[in-house]
Amino acid sequence: MMDSVIILSVLDSTIRLSTPLLLACLAGLYAERAGVFDIGIEGKMLFAAFGAGVAATWAQASGFGEWVGLLAAVAVGIIIGLLHGFASISMRGNQIVSGVAINFLAVGLTALLAKAWYAQGGKTPQLENDARFQQLDLPFAASLKDVPLIGDVYSGLLSGHSILVYFAFAAVPITWWVLFRTRFGLRLRAVGENPAAVDTAGISVNGLRYSAVAICGALSGVAGAYLAIAQSANFAPNMTAGKGFIALAALIFAKWKPVPALGACLLFGFLEAVAIPLQSQPLFGVKVPSQFINALPYILTVVLLAGFIGKAIPPKAGGVPYVKER
Amino acid sequence: MSNPYAKLPRWVDVGLLPAVNVIVGFLVAGLVVVFLGENPWEALKLLIGGALGSGRGIGSTLYFMTSFTFTGLAVAVAFHAGLFNIGGEGQAYIGGLGVALACLGLDPYMPWYVTFPFALLLSMVFGAAWAAIPAYLQARRGSHIVITTIMFNFIAASLMVYLLVNWLKPFSSMDPSTRLFSAGGMVPTLKAIWALFGAKLTSPPVNITFFLALASAFGVWLLIWRTKLGYEIRAMGLNPTAAQYAGISTVRITIVTMLISGALAGMLGLNTIMGNVGKLTVDFVGGAGFVGIAVALMGRSHPIGVLLSALLFGILYQGGSVLSFQMPAISRDMILVIQALVILFAGALENLFRPALAALFARPQAQAGVA
Repeated sequence: MMDSVIILSVLDSTIRLSTPLLLACLAGLYAERAGVFDIGIEGKMLFAAFGAGVAATWAQASGFGEWVGLLAAVAVGIIIGLLHGFASISMRGNQIVSGVAINFLAVGLTALLAKAWYAQGGKTPQLENDARFQQLDLPFAASLKDVPLIGDVYSGLLSGHSILVYFAFAAVPITWWVLFRTRFGLRLRAVGENPAAVDTAGISVNGLRYSAVAICGALSGVAGAYLAIAQSANFAPNMTAGKGFIALAALIFAKWKPVPALGACLLFGFLEAVAIPLQSQPLFGVKVPSQFINALPYILTVVLLAGFIGKAIPPKAGGVPYVKER
Repeated sequence: MSNPYAKLPRWVDVGLLPAVNVIVGFLVAGLVVVFLGENPWEALKLLIGGALGSGRGIGSTLYFMTSFTFTGLAVAVAFHAGLFNIGGEGQAYIGGLGVALACLGLDPYMPWYVTFPFALLLSMVFGAAWAAIPAYLQARRGSHIVITTIMFNFIAASLMVYLLVNWLKPFSSMDPSTRLFSAGGMVPTLKAIWALFGAKLTSPPVNITFFLALASAFGVWLLIWRTKLGYEIRAMGLNPTAAQYAGISTVRITIVTMLISGALAGMLGLNTIMGNVGKLTVDFVGGAGFVGIAVALMGRSHPIGVLLSALLFGILYQGGSVLSFQMPAISRDMILVIQALVILFAGALENLFRPALAALFARPQAQAGVA
């Protein structure tokens, strides 16, 4: 009995912890599938989390604080995404360098502004509960609660998350459909593999890549909003704490495919969720160091990249700016 | 594919364009200061005064410069081979483990000048070892070095916390750091410089590893421009296919370059651990590995450029902390903002002003060509 409670609570936190990873991972999927490497997702999330915290504080009295916050986060995400696009598409700069710059700018600028504006050590003010995304009860969750197993899974596990969690999970099939069943998706994938062919067909390579980085920015924005105004009640300095890089690892682990991305993010979220209970509870009589669990997503990704378990092949034109022939 | 940009005179390409980029970065930083309601000119004066206005300030500035020279050279060497080593942070962290092990083992018995060569050797070996795995994976198994070095930064951070908490921390202590080294594990500070300026309170942290950093810069210059290996490194950086065709083993050059890069990053700990803190602590690198990226970009991967931009970042780090005391609206995070803007304008947006400068300088050349 005790065990099932622990398992349920671990799975419940798995869902909560996977959500920002999943949003960030799908964000990266759009950009990288279009041939724009993006290691600046971490920074975009952080900028967006800051935007969400500030806007939700500002609009707190209106009663729509959380939605204003989300809107601001998405807008901030898109702006930073377009900055990355400008550097790597129009200016043909190094995409890795641009991502590094965005990550540092995010850590520095958000903390600088938050300290100067609110004087609370870099945090935005604590939000009232109605200016945050609340837990949502799925239909019949209350009445099914006492049914064995079904009640535990449906009412305990699947119900009672914020709307952003459901959005993140819904974004997986939507992304699959957009990428593999629409004309836009076909062109987006083509531009990441062979931009010259897309150009020859009379389609704008730069236009497609800009829309990809904008979508990437918007999804990173939702991820940031989730961190600041759904999971927490304010923005805090460097609150992303490497989640953008775990998402990047998950993207590689999933071989740049949306459905495996869900699996990878759930796995990495699960590792994060079990790290805490495993600190006090030995596994098969062996005490697993929590630092090892924390490092496991990165280790697994390196092993995968090395080609020891399957092969991760990135989009062919990734990282290379497109120069029209003259 | 042909170079999409018109060729510029060399002094514009190497001197003027990078200078314009860095200046624009600083101007944008100035706008941020204005946005926060402070006077950027006053901020600049406070920053320079804090970094260079006193013996103590200069001592700290040179101390930071030493750290950034090591990490900047590490990134620069890799750049010459066309490799982007983002892993300086992790390599420096693991290099610090080597320094600490040498100091912990030898400091009760030996004077510092016996400990130091061992610490130097271990710092280089440990730093190089941490770079070796991503290098091997890039050279042999085709995994992207940027991604693997990022992953290795995080793995290094977890590993070091584990080692500090479970093995290196004294039993009685709650603080996850090693015991303090005795005199045999500390290098001398440059008291002469500090006495020259008449500051007498406490010793500023600049120490003899400053000269090691200068020597490393000279060594990198020798390596890149005066040795066969350096020629091969540059050849691979310019065109790996051509280098391969010319009989250069890109596998060997990738691995050797990354070993050198990791060893340079690993030496950071000599300055911070043996020169200042006197023990191995959690996150003692504190982002210096990442500053190395900005330093290498700004210095155009040339040792002299690296030294100059390391000095500039030394001024920023020391002056920035003084500034944050004097102008509370400008917290230390401003340093990170400037660092990011330098990386953005000197790195990612390096072509932003190229067309304008090309219009200014390319025309007389073209006419000369016609005539």
